[in-house]
Amino acid sequence: MGTREHGILNRKTFSMGGVHPPESKGATEALAIETPPLPKTVFIPLQQHIGAPANALVKKKDEVLTGQLIGEAVGMVSAPVHASVSGVVKNVAAVPTGYGPRSMAIEITVSEEQAWAEGILQEPDEAFRLDDLEPKALLAALKSAGLVGMGGAAFPTHVKLSPPPGVSIDHLILNGAECEPYLTADHRLMVERADDVVRGADVLRRILGVELVHVGVEDNKPDALAAFAEAQGRAPWLRIHPLKTQYPQGAEKQLIRAITGREVPSGKLPLHVGVVVQNVGTAFAAFEAVFLNKPLIERVTTISGSAVANPKNLALRIGTPVADAVAFCGGATESLSKLILGGPMMGKAVRSLDMPVMKGTSGVLLLSEGESPELEEDDCIRCAMCVQACPQGLTPCDLANFIEYDTGDKALVSRAADMGLNECVECGSCNYICPTRRRLVQWIRLGKALHREVKK
Amino acid sequence: VSKLTQKLILSSSPHASGPESVPRIMYVVVLALLPAVVAAILFFGMKALAVMLVAVVAAVVVEALILMLRGESAKRAWRRALDGSALITGLLLALNLPANSPPWMVVIGVVIAIGVGKHVFGGLGNNIFNPALVGRVFLLISFPALMSTWMKVPEAGTERWNAPFESLDSLTGKVEGVEAFTEATPLGLIKTQKNAALGVKETQARYGRDIKSFLPLLIGKRGGSLGETSVLALLIGAIFMFWRGVIRWHIPLSFIGATLAVTGMMWLIDPSIYLNPIYHLLTGGLIIGAFFMATDMVTSPVSPMGMIVFGAGAGILTAVIRLWGSFPEGVSFAILIMNGLVPLIDQKFHPRRFGVGPEPGNKTTQEAHNG
Repeated sequence: MGTREHGILNRKTFSMGGVHPPESKGATEALAIETPPLPKTVFIPLQQHIGAPANALVKKKDEVLTGQLIGEAVGMVSAPVHASVSGVVKNVAAVPTGYGPRSMAIEITVSEEQAWAEGILQEPDEAFRLDDLEPKALLAALKSAGLVGMGGAAFPTHVKLSPPPGVSIDHLILNGAECEPYLTADHRLMVERADDVVRGADVLRRILGVELVHVGVEDNKPDALAAFAEAQGRAPWLRIHPLKTQYPQGAEKQLIRAITGREVPSGKLPLHVGVVVQNVGTAFAAFEAVFLNKPLIERVTTISGSAVANPKNLALRIGTPVADAVAFCGGATESLSKLILGGPMMGKAVRSLDMPVMKGTSGVLLLSEGESPELEEDDCIRCAMCVQACPQGLTPCDLANFIEYDTGDKALVSRAADMGLNECVECGSCNYICPTRRRLVQWIRLGKALHREVKK
Repeated sequence: VSKLTQKLILSSSPHASGPESVPRIMYVVVLALLPAVVAAILFFGMKALAVMLVAVVAAVVVEALILMLRGESAKRAWRRALDGSALITGLLLALNLPANSPPWMVVIGVVIAIGVGKHVFGGLGNNIFNPALVGRVFLLISFPALMSTWMKVPEAGTERWNAPFESLDSLTGKVEGVEAFTEATPLGLIKTQKNAALGVKETQARYGRDIKSFLPLLIGKRGGSLGETSVLALLIGAIFMFWRGVIRWHIPLSFIGATLAVTGMMWLIDPSIYLNPIYHLLTGGLIIGAFFMATDMVTSPVSPMGMIVFGAGAGILTAVIRLWGSFPEGVSFAILIMNGLVPLIDQKFHPRRFGVGPEPGNKTTQEAHNG
């Protein structure tokens, strides 16, 4: 049987770097997930992840049911989208989203009468057994349910679960680290729905044909660890790994290193070391997709920060305007200075509360000036704190300086690339620790973009 | 809501910044230097305090004036001049001067340190050489006599020499108001004698040769610059810096280790003409250099391996200059030479990148299964 001890001595962590920003989870970690009333309108973006946008299947004035397919996947790295509400299509047009300034979205006016599309269950069928379905059928179910990684990057799940021929996967890791400050959506899901997360993990396990599933949870969530320990009785293949609370514990490569001791080679994917990582939210979505035939139309999102009246964990329909979710939390306060989709370390600052919640929106943070001060950038003093903090073993100060002082011929950009520029995972640890407030991640992002031009 | 969103700030992640700042780092170093400051006052009296005050005030004023010359507003210039970095340069320079340095010489040293050592290169963060050492070496070359006139300390073997703590007051009293002596430092003795063998004998006669006689050296009863003499006070400060994470072990350990290795090897080969390495450790500027000057963030490498190479290089150069150079002391020159090599070291040595090179882990795969 697996470990049940959550002691400090046997907790795991990654091999290099890392920081420990204030966790700031106190406002919401003990709050049960709430479901707000449906908004009047939803905007469902056709592109919610890297890869190709979905192709709209509905037009103006079409009536749609909750869970109905409204956008089909195009190409390999693509996921379908479904109506998250019942209503009437008001428009198919470009709206501002977290993905670039504008992206095509289906706008649906929510009807008074709500009905689910055919075949979607509210409770699992007692007679249903996972053994009844072949792994291929399970994979197809996830694909048609529009599953993407729920941790933030929103990479289509079926792609990650389809290793190329010849690659054997021997480890499936469930990512329950939730190392971003403020966010408690995964935490609450693990505490409240551990059994269903584990049932979803069983689906993923069968698709990959691996025996064991490892779940990694930072040790600041003892109740989530306890919930898994209880669920383990019904899932003897589950291995629970308490992780040190250290950012970025939940970064894919760092999590793999912490749990398996394996290091994903530079420029390679986790499957090269036989590992697939899935977020606990994705496992829950897999449960819904297979046991309830329910597509991904809803997710848990943490609404927090000092500029929102009542921080909460909300189960939100995809496409819900952020403003509606914030209103349910008592609204924004005057001190609001930054609105972030995601966590404070890797999330995106957006300019409007009209942005829709997407499949990868793990949090909506309303930060005050004090929580997220805009500090003047000074010259690097070469203190090397960023070098110590980098979980990828890079030298962020040099990378940023090379980008800043590149004269336009891209010679220094190329040198930065030789030093591992493109291995940066943009976790922000260096930027966080920097005493001269260098915008290291921003410089590195710019450098990556410039380097893409060099390669052309 | 629209009113709220008008002022929303858009910026690249991360949206959180940690507690570190330049003043925070710099004032940790200033605090770490306080034991040495106190020791300097105890051993060398009010003259020492005067030298330090002149240096610190001059450093902050010169920093602010140069920043204004470079186009900063007065408000910003003063804020930056008070961020602690200029203060450290001034204080470190003072601690590397003899107690009887005249104020005008101290000011010249500060102007060179801040002006030439720091701002010619672009100010904080951009200088190649440790500013305090640039100032010190300038003074050493320009005013060699003043820079090697040390205050007298009690004779070895006398009651006051053997009573390390009780005598501090009277020692202070005695030195004050007394003319400066041209007394050689322990390392200086060996260079001023007719030959090395005589120098070794003289040093041993003057400072003793057994473990017991090293204790006064550890506390700081010897000729030398203000801040370098009390190894004990410097180590207290160094431990504080380690604790606050401002310095790491790589540079001090490789620096001291390399100096001890080279001087120790020569001593083992011929103890009649080479000093016991304990002298090299406890006298001269090795401790202040290794912990407080070679560790200067701006002028040292950023990778752990680079730091070790840098420290070891400085340690070897220190030993070579001390043993075979014409100067009795080599720490300042050694650090400055290695400062010049930092860009090359940083280009050559990097941390091991994640997923590059030897791949760990397959051994632990089984553990994960059993986990």
